[in-house]
Amino acid sequence: MITREQLTSPNKPTWCPGCGDYGIWLAVKNALMQLDLKHEEACLIYGIGCHGHMCNFLHAYGFEGLHGRPIPVAEGVKMANRKLKVIVVAGDGDTYGEGLNHFISGIRGNHDITLIVHDNRVYGLTTGQTSPTSGKGYKSKSTPQGVIEVPVNPMALAIAAGGTYVARGFSADPQLLTDLIKGGIDHPGFSVIDVLQNCITFNHVNTVLWFKEHSYHLAEEGHDPKDRVKAFERALDEERLGLGLFYVSKRGTYDASLSAEEVPLVDHDLSKVDIRESMELFT
Amino acid sequence: MNTGLMFSKACARIGLHVFDYIEYPSLIKGGHNTYVVRAEDEEIHSQVANTDILIALDEPTIRIHRDELSGNSVVIYDEQQVHENVAKEIPCHRVPLPMKEILQEAHGKELMANTVCLGAALGLMEYPLDTFTGVIRDAFRGKTGEIIEENIKAARLGYDHARKHHAMLNEFHLHPIDAPKRMVLTGNEALALGAIQGGLKFYSAYPMTPASSILHTLAALQERHDIVVKHAEDEISVANMAVGAGFAGVRSMCATSGGGFALMNETVSLAGITETPVVFVEVNRGGPGTGIPTFTEQSDLKFVLNAGHGEFPLFVLTPGDVEEAYAFAWEALNLAEQYQTPIIIYSDKYLAESHKTAELFDTNVPIDRGKLLRNAPDKYLRYTITEDGVSPRTIPGVPNGFFLANSDEHDYFGYSTEEIDLRNAMMEKRMRKIEAYRKVMAQPKLHGPEDAKLTIIGWGSTKGPILDALKHLWREGYRVNYLQLTHIQPFPIEAVSQRLDAAEQTLIIENNFTGQMEQVIREQTGRTIQHHMRRYDGRPFFFSDICTRVKTIMGGAQ
Repeated sequence: MITREQLTSPNKPTWCPGCGDYGIWLAVKNALMQLDLKHEEACLIYGIGCHGHMCNFLHAYGFEGLHGRPIPVAEGVKMANRKLKVIVVAGDGDTYGEGLNHFISGIRGNHDITLIVHDNRVYGLTTGQTSPTSGKGYKSKSTPQGVIEVPVNPMALAIAAGGTYVARGFSADPQLLTDLIKGGIDHPGFSVIDVLQNCITFNHVNTVLWFKEHSYHLAEEGHDPKDRVKAFERALDEERLGLGLFYVSKRGTYDASLSAEEVPLVDHDLSKVDIRESMELFT
Repeated sequence: MNTGLMFSKACARIGLHVFDYIEYPSLIKGGHNTYVVRAEDEEIHSQVANTDILIALDEPTIRIHRDELSGNSVVIYDEQQVHENVAKEIPCHRVPLPMKEILQEAHGKELMANTVCLGAALGLMEYPLDTFTGVIRDAFRGKTGEIIEENIKAARLGYDHARKHHAMLNEFHLHPIDAPKRMVLTGNEALALGAIQGGLKFYSAYPMTPASSILHTLAALQERHDIVVKHAEDEISVANMAVGAGFAGVRSMCATSGGGFALMNETVSLAGITETPVVFVEVNRGGPGTGIPTFTEQSDLKFVLNAGHGEFPLFVLTPGDVEEAYAFAWEALNLAEQYQTPIIIYSDKYLAESHKTAELFDTNVPIDRGKLLRNAPDKYLRYTITEDGVSPRTIPGVPNGFFLANSDEHDYFGYSTEEIDLRNAMMEKRMRKIEAYRKVMAQPKLHGPEDAKLTIIGWGSTKGPILDALKHLWREGYRVNYLQLTHIQPFPIEAVSQRLDAAEQTLIIENNFTGQMEQVIREQTGRTIQHHMRRYDGRPFFFSDICTRVKTIMGGAQ
């Protein structure tokens, strides 16, 4: 088991007081501690944004890459060493803006990684522009006349793309979020956990209170997460936002489908490589 | 395409040296496709402009290639496809084939006309029939026995017909000669084999001509060699997956052409600051934009040398032939781990897709994983400052080897920092790798005599035509040598400066408009080059053109 002490980094969080990132950080740590994992088995891949600063506040194997690109890095890590538990910590801009192609493709491939998206409907680190999940009409530095587009619907997209673990959490409900993250890490396949969170500095529309008023727990309304059609129907409801597990199903993971992965790639003995027979194909 | 390769392999199997060059439009079907095979009993490295035997599968082919024919040439064609008036104007031997009748006899499909023509050509050349049958069997490996037998029959009918009606080609007779076993393979195939032998475990790519055949070769061999080959959703994903796999501890590589490489650029820089071993392959095609996608060019040189924003160590290798494509692939995988930085193998369509004969490659290649740790020492810190700039590296999964690979500037663990001293320490540490590598890096190759009246400078695939030109020039008594740049970043300043200072005359040959290497040499050495030959029409140089140019420069001064 991983201890809190092991996960503690020498750096103190730099997020604004009251930021939703604290709750997500807490839930990530709690999930890692509650699962039966060795410290070195966890590998966290971060995007760029306020959320990505988490890399400095957590002591574990980590990779902070480029904005929008944590998902393919995580897939590369998992394909190279399938013994690792690979967790992506990303933002709404990372995942649904710059990296939307990777989101869809990762889900289609059912790569065995867990994606945690900080979804605060605004760009915080770049000081308050619209995000792909900002509501229509949302006014920001980049859209002073209001957003013209309709927002991305992450849950509906994930279910439609073939998601096998599709969930939504809330930064102000760390207990639920911890459980969803644990479930995602345990789930063999691509786990999507969209996390509603506030941005206390730049988003004065979607506050903690607003999210509370506009959300409900799927479990309390008897939602069956094995029912894909019902899950999609609930995902389409953008007025009342369901929290919890929308959909879960079983499908072979990407790495488990690769013949070379019987032994994780990282453990292959390179001194045994011999192309002599393969060269005969060219004679 | 397949027929051309069969001809190349047929020549190789009887001991001849082969070089072939493929020209095709960016179309799936149709258009004018050309497959030029040159075979000789001594080693050759490029195509020639004249054609001895033309197999014309349609009428336009005869018109397009007429100027390449001489009085001794032969044109093999389907008599039903070529109008009498066109056939009449063929300036050399005509070998019309009654294709319809032959195919009827072979119960074959129209597609097999290629095989019939190939049979006819080999028949005229008195090629040993058994060997030819073996070539067909191997070419159709994996197909049903019926298809193989049909093709053999079609080839045999073409072979017999030609010999019965047209046995007059003594100068082209192909008789087996003693030779070691040779492969017929492209630069891309050789590069793929070199990467496999060099311990490649992860390869990602998005299809793009002319890099795609690396993907195809590795995909076909992935099960045999336990490699993961991933066709990802776009080049950005390709590059990031390769970086992820490199970070996680496997040898990883990706490839593309110029446009795809533009998309990968940010990730090249990411690998630089995170000090992640990864190999990028850039196979140049004619640009800009979509350009001339199936033709060759060396126009991405400065783009490749300057890939990625910011400053970080980036080493660039430019193979000139299939042997170097093989060797540089495993070398690049070593360098990536030794120096924990991105390495680029920069090639082009001409090398990537032309076949050449090569003896079986030496599989005894060193695998040096650099400062890779499978056990972490006490108080391990990933980005410890070292003299050569390379710090001992763990990988995820190693107990107590924790670190953060961070695209932000970072401290010894990897945590973000903007502090001045740390920033300077990390920049200087990373950049020291360049000087460490410079001390041991491979130097340019000099082909020919030390003292020459003229030094040709080139890099990459121009090696083939230049070597062939040298052979002819030497025979005629011209004192010419050739400085081949193979490891071009960091730039071999001293070696090139010395060579240029020693040269009486200098000529640089490159497949681009602006003379990019000429500019690089001027920037790096302060030296100018007197003469240049440039080509930007998508076609490779012909050695005969190089000979002519050299003679013009040198005048009578042999």
